[in-house]
Amino acid sequence: MDSVEGNQALAKLKATYPDSILEAKEFRGDITVTIKKENLLSILQFLRDDEELKFNHLASISGIDYLKMEDVEGRLAVVYHLYSLKNNRRLAIKTFITGDSLEIDSVYSLWKTANWQEREIYDLFGITFKGHPALKRIFLPEDFEGHPLRKDYPLEGRGERSRFDYEEE
Amino acid sequence: MKHEVKEIPTERMVLNFGPSHPATHGVFRNILELDGERILDVEVEIGFLHSGFEKLGEHRTYNQFITIADRMNYLSPLNNDIGYVLAVEKLLGIEVPPRCQYIRAIMCELNRIADHLVSIGMHAVDVGAFTVFLYAFKQREIIYDLLEFVTGSRMNNSYPRVGGLMSDAPEGFEDKVKDFADHFLPTVDDIERLLTRNRIWVDRNKGIGAISAEEAISWGLTGPCLRAAGVEWDIRKTEPYSSYDHFDFEIPVGVRGDSYDRYLVRMEEMRQSNRIIQQAIANLPGGEVNVDDPKIILPPKERVYHSIEGLIHHFKLIMEEHGFQTPRGEIYSATEVPNGELGFFIISDGTNKPYRIHVRAPSFINYSVFPQLIKGHMISDVVAVISSLNIIAGELDR
Repeated sequence: MDSVEGNQALAKLKATYPDSILEAKEFRGDITVTIKKENLLSILQFLRDDEELKFNHLASISGIDYLKMEDVEGRLAVVYHLYSLKNNRRLAIKTFITGDSLEIDSVYSLWKTANWQEREIYDLFGITFKGHPALKRIFLPEDFEGHPLRKDYPLEGRGERSRFDYEEE
Repeated sequence: MKHEVKEIPTERMVLNFGPSHPATHGVFRNILELDGERILDVEVEIGFLHSGFEKLGEHRTYNQFITIADRMNYLSPLNNDIGYVLAVEKLLGIEVPPRCQYIRAIMCELNRIADHLVSIGMHAVDVGAFTVFLYAFKQREIIYDLLEFVTGSRMNNSYPRVGGLMSDAPEGFEDKVKDFADHFLPTVDDIERLLTRNRIWVDRNKGIGAISAEEAISWGLTGPCLRAAGVEWDIRKTEPYSSYDHFDFEIPVGVRGDSYDRYLVRMEEMRQSNRIIQQAIANLPGGEVNVDDPKIILPPKERVYHSIEGLIHHFKLIMEEHGFQTPRGEIYSATEVPNGELGFFIISDGTNKPYRIHVRAPSFINYSVFPQLIKGHMISDVVAVISSLNIIAGELDR
C-alpha cells in the first residue's frame, strides 16, 4: 500500500513544483494529486521523462463533472491515470478546469493515445483541448447539441429520440 | 511492332470501408484514401454503437452495472465482469474468499481462450484460411457449453457479483474443466500447423501493421498488441488479482509488432491460459465463494422464500434506493482482459450508485492507432490489421 507520505513520485513532484500542487490524497492505495491547470503539460512531461519515475504509460484520461457533489469546489475536472512500466506504480493527476473558456492543454504532444481519449471528453463533457490536432466529436453526430455526461444532462436525453421522423417517411 | 507505353493518369479515390462490412466484425467506418490499391490516408469514424454505458452506470446500482459491463465486450464478458467487480471490491475494501478467486481465474482464462480463438479464427477467415475458423470454433463451442453449464448462459454471463459469485460452481465443474484443459492443446497445434509456416499466411501478415515498442507505449497499446511489439507487460503478473500470483505462467512477447507477431502472441497465450486452468483446477480450494457480509451479499433463495427476515433482507439489497453503499472516494482498477488493460475509474459519493464510472476500454484505445498502422499498405491488408487488433465494436463505442 502506498501512502501520501511515503510516495516517492509525490515527494519528487512536490520538490520540483512546490507551488503547483494543490492537494494529494490516498484512497485504497491509489494516490491522486490535484494540480494547477497551468502546469499540466510540464508536470506530466516531468513524470514521463524523469529517469527514476518513468510514468511512461498514460492508461486513461477521464472527465468528471462535480456539479452534484456540493462540497467539491470547481465543476469540471480531468484525471490522467499514469502507469510506470519500469516501477510498476500508478499515479493519478487531477486538474480542475477553471475559467469560462473550459480550456485545457492537450497532452497529444506527450502521448498519442490522448488523441481519441481527449476527443471523447470533448464530445461528452464539452472540454476543449488546446493544441489537439483534430478536435471534433467522436461518438455523437456532429450536429448534436449538449454534452451527455454532464450531470445536468438528463439520462433520457432532451427529446433527441422524438426528433427522428419515422412517421413522415 | 513496338509497343508505345503511355502514362496512365491516376487519381486518388475515396473508398468507404464500413459501417457495414463483413470484415469489420462490428459497426465502424474507415474512410480510405487510395492511390490505386495503396492506402494514403485513413479517417476512422466510430460511434455507431454508442450506447451511453457510462451515463447509464451513474443511474444503476453497483450490481446492476455488471450486465452492462459484459455487454461491452461480448466476446469476453467474464473478463469484463470480473474486472468490474474487482474495481467495486477495491472501492469497498473487501477481498473475496480463495475459492471464489480461483473460480474467477479459471473463468477468466476459459474466456480468454475463447476470445483468442475467435480472434484468430476470424483473422484467418479474413485473409482466406477458412479451415482454421472451423477448428477454432469447435473448441470455442466446447468452452461455451462449459460456460453455460456454470453460469447458465452462453454469452453475457453476468456470473460474478460484488463480493463473490452468482452461485458456486456446480457439481462436476472440476471434471469438465479438467477434461477440456487436457484435450485443448492439440487444437492449438493444429492451428499452428495450418498457419504459422503457411506461405500465404506469412506473406499476408508479416511486416503488415508493424509498430515499434516505443510508439506502442505512446499510443497506449496494451495486451497482445503491446506484447507483440516486444514489451513484456501483463497486469496478471505485475499487479496480480484473483490469485494469479499463485500460478506459474509465462508472458509471450513478439519482436516486430506486426499482425504476424500479434497472432503468435495470442497462440502462446492460449497455451499459457491452459496452464493456468490446469494449475487452478488441481488446487481448487474448498469453502465459501462469497464474502461473509450480509450487507453486500444476497441471502440464499431458501431464506427469501421461506422467511420474512430473508425477504426483507433480499428487498433491502434489490429494491430501488436500496442496495449496499460504498465509501466516498475515487479508485482506478485495472485488469488484463484478452485485448489488454481494462480499467474502471469509479467515483463514489457514498450512495448505492457510482457518481461517475469511466471505462478504459482496450478496443477503443487499441483502435486509435489503426490509421498509422495501415498507411502505405494495400487495401487487402486492412482486414488483416483490423482482425489482428481484435476490435469489438461494443467496447469501441461503449
